[in-house]
Amino acid sequence: MLNLKSKVLGLAAGAAMALGSFAVPAKAQETIKVGILHSLSGTMAISETTLKDVMLMLIDEQNKRGGLLGKKLEAVVVDPASNWPLFAEKARELITQNRVAATFGCWTSVSRKSVLPVFEELNSILFYPVQYEGEESSPNIFYTGAAPNQQAIPAVDYLLAEGVKRFVLEGTDYVYPRTTNKILEAYLLSKGIKPEDISINYTPFGHSDWQTRVAAIKRFGSTGVKTAVVSTVNGDANVPFYKELGNQGVKATDIPVVAFSVGEEELAGIDTKPLVGHLAAWNYFQSVDNAANRDFIARWRAYKNNPRAVTNDPMEAHVIGFAMWVKAVEAAGTTDPAAVRRAMIGIAVPNLSGGVSTMMPNHHITKPVLIGEIQDNGQISTVWQTPGTVVAQEWSPHLEGSRDLIADHRSPMSCGNFNVRTGRCGAAQR
Amino acid sequence: MNDPIQRPLLVIAALIAALAGLLAPASAQDNAALVQRFATENFGEIANAVNALATSGSERASPVIEALRDSRLVYRQGDRAVFIRQADGSFADAATGAAADAGATRPVRLNNNVRRAIEAAMGALTLMHPDARRRAAAAEAVFKSRDAGALAALTQAIGQERDTRVKRLMEEARAAIVVADASAPDADRITAIGVIQRRGDQDALAMLGSLPANTTASVREAAETATATIRRSLAFWEAGQNVWYGLSLGSVLLLAAIGLAITFGVMGVINMAHGEMVMIGAYTTFVVQQAIRAIAPGLMDASLFIALPMAFLVAGAIGVAIERLIIRHLYGRALETLLATWGVSLILQQAVRSWFGPTNREVTTPSWMSGSFEIGNLAITANRLAIIVFAGLVFAALLMFLKRTPFGLQTRAVTQNRRMAGAMGIRTNWVDALTFGLGSGIAGLAGVALSQIDNVSPNLGQGYIIDSFMVVVFGGVGNLWGTLVGAMTLGIANKFLEPYAGAVLGKIIVLVLIILFIQKRPRGLFALKGRAVEA
Repeated sequence: MLNLKSKVLGLAAGAAMALGSFAVPAKAQETIKVGILHSLSGTMAISETTLKDVMLMLIDEQNKRGGLLGKKLEAVVVDPASNWPLFAEKARELITQNRVAATFGCWTSVSRKSVLPVFEELNSILFYPVQYEGEESSPNIFYTGAAPNQQAIPAVDYLLAEGVKRFVLEGTDYVYPRTTNKILEAYLLSKGIKPEDISINYTPFGHSDWQTRVAAIKRFGSTGVKTAVVSTVNGDANVPFYKELGNQGVKATDIPVVAFSVGEEELAGIDTKPLVGHLAAWNYFQSVDNAANRDFIARWRAYKNNPRAVTNDPMEAHVIGFAMWVKAVEAAGTTDPAAVRRAMIGIAVPNLSGGVSTMMPNHHITKPVLIGEIQDNGQISTVWQTPGTVVAQEWSPHLEGSRDLIADHRSPMSCGNFNVRTGRCGAAQR
Repeated sequence: MNDPIQRPLLVIAALIAALAGLLAPASAQDNAALVQRFATENFGEIANAVNALATSGSERASPVIEALRDSRLVYRQGDRAVFIRQADGSFADAATGAAADAGATRPVRLNNNVRRAIEAAMGALTLMHPDARRRAAAAEAVFKSRDAGALAALTQAIGQERDTRVKRLMEEARAAIVVADASAPDADRITAIGVIQRRGDQDALAMLGSLPANTTASVREAAETATATIRRSLAFWEAGQNVWYGLSLGSVLLLAAIGLAITFGVMGVINMAHGEMVMIGAYTTFVVQQAIRAIAPGLMDASLFIALPMAFLVAGAIGVAIERLIIRHLYGRALETLLATWGVSLILQQAVRSWFGPTNREVTTPSWMSGSFEIGNLAITANRLAIIVFAGLVFAALLMFLKRTPFGLQTRAVTQNRRMAGAMGIRTNWVDALTFGLGSGIAGLAGVALSQIDNVSPNLGQGYIIDSFMVVVFGGVGNLWGTLVGAMTLGIANKFLEPYAGAVLGKIIVLVLIILFIQKRPRGLFALKGRAVEA
């Protein structure tokens, strides 16, 4: 990952610093601070705590390799407590008080939207590791999760190739499912699926009584036409949803459910035997079999001191994002955000799915898309994947308002929402 | 996967071969060649291998395909030798069934296409199985696959079948094949549509909805009439199904709220930490199951019965502690109690989060609580039925306890007139503590039940606290019967609104209705009357 020169330099610097600290124990070492902005309490703690841990592990490993630019990295962990306005406050605290060089954080789109103005105003850098609905490209945010065309669209393509003609779009009622479903609906209609063969439904956050919905899905699927469910159900609601599917005997061979928010972590809380064959679409599965991934899983398990600890897609996104940031800082020779942002574009690092991910000028990365089936041991095994990596379309071509927009943060364009029709920047028709 | 025309033909051959299997067994070399086709990573080829093996008539078809279904089929990469992993961990040569030394192997992988091929193959292969349940499953598989090739085998199986239920399923499967066969005579197909119509469920609708394109008008018309009839009867059943869902949701609400009916309803303590007691009950279930898994795995099916008293004791003890340490200093100061218990709830949540981790914990569902069965066209899921029964039992036990035991009498005395009860020699502060412990313990019991249908996570309780207060206030504070009626009313109202208004809007409508109702009757459905009201 590091080139030899910087490794040697780093080692030397680390050794020097170690000596220095022995000699003058009172003098504080100068460190590079890295902010970690993930909820450690509240509803999102279930997903975000692991991301904090993986960041701590990555920073720890980088320090063992000699740090960065001859300095040690120092993690600054704050807890925004699943409280969206608090995300903005904590982000401000990280940037102005702790003077972090970059921040890794957020999970829900609403938390990202809440911190976006802070990062733009204070000109700092955020790495956002979760798959999201797109329709955004900030000069200060690097999106290491998937845009809809890197997850949702390929998943639907897979179903269409399997002969599915009827779709239930089932989601939790907030911005990510609503935008994704809008894109998917437009896409399905463009593929010749009839409007009456698409059923869109939303349930509240934490919905726990799925009897009526699962029965309705069964009814919708009983016309003799092959039916599938595309699920953007998020967080806690998934467990009761899958339990109900299992109880009502909705088998993957009859009505497969393809989920965009269910990973190994979520499956850890369910008995997956009735769910075998239901699908998940991600850019990484723990079961991906290659040396880099095996090594990462071993390191993670050793770090967590848990031989059964699972890994998931957003964790991989942080691994990629962190490696990219380290490379960019080394290339720029400084942690100054403006220089790092310029250096970031074009940086390529190996991902854990056996390929190379590159940071594109739209601040999104290239990723392979994997479709996997849930196994009875809670793992997801790949049944289909894109031949290479896919470039993100941050502005969906399937939506009226974003069709003409592109993002390119290189100068001279330096614009997150350039309208190719009017030739002007900032002309988003939102 | 494979050519749609070819597959029925293959299955025809399969069935003929399967029936004649013992007369003309495939040779050993044939078996080896057939089985070797499984040694691949390509799902399409694996599905083809399933079909080929099923149609070969080989006596190895059943064991190999079953092993594949259970992910016990493995192959060696070098020489593509295929083995079956036995229950005891040893390996057997898939082609001969003889014990073999496998070495380093990788499993033959499955996807939904392969699973469908397996289902169809197993259906055709097990129509004559000695076990009636397997024959029924086979008939269902044929009903779904509608492979014309199964017709001869089905006819023979129907002739031999003694079990009336299995026989009916087989006849339905035969009818499905005839209806789907565009070349069959119209009269036969219309008769078959009658058989399907009598089946009358959603699978029948699916069957009738996917007629081949070149179906004649008269058959199509018959199918449409049958579909309309089935839909009418299903609409009737749907109302029944909604009532069932409503009762089920109502019983969950009742379980969650009944502890609160004691602490809030009877004692008047606004206990925001009530949900956390439910959560603690669920975590107790998890711990008990972990212990059982470590000590006596055979007891897993009884784990919930062991967890129930444990959850009651753990949550009850925490309840008593909260009452002794915090709430007793705050009686009569409703707002302070609200804030203090809110704080307690946050502390408990974070404590559980630090202790057990923020992720969901897996609670195993005992086998008797999984799956579903049907009464008419009413699908009854076993876990929901168990929870309804359990909620009823808890309610009855609590009612008996408060009405028929000395402690119940003391509780009622203290809550109705504290000073008078004290003057009669009742230790009011201990009654307070134990009553609060009782309410919390019952919340713990609810946690055991909810662990079966919801996430076991630190946030489990939060999802129920608002609903619980709603039920208690709507039913009438201080009245257990009110809680019962309130829970069931809200459950059924919710479930009748949900199909029309959607889950989000349905909830809003119910909330608005409750607000309007409380405006009209501030004391809820069953208001307490008399002196207790002023106390």
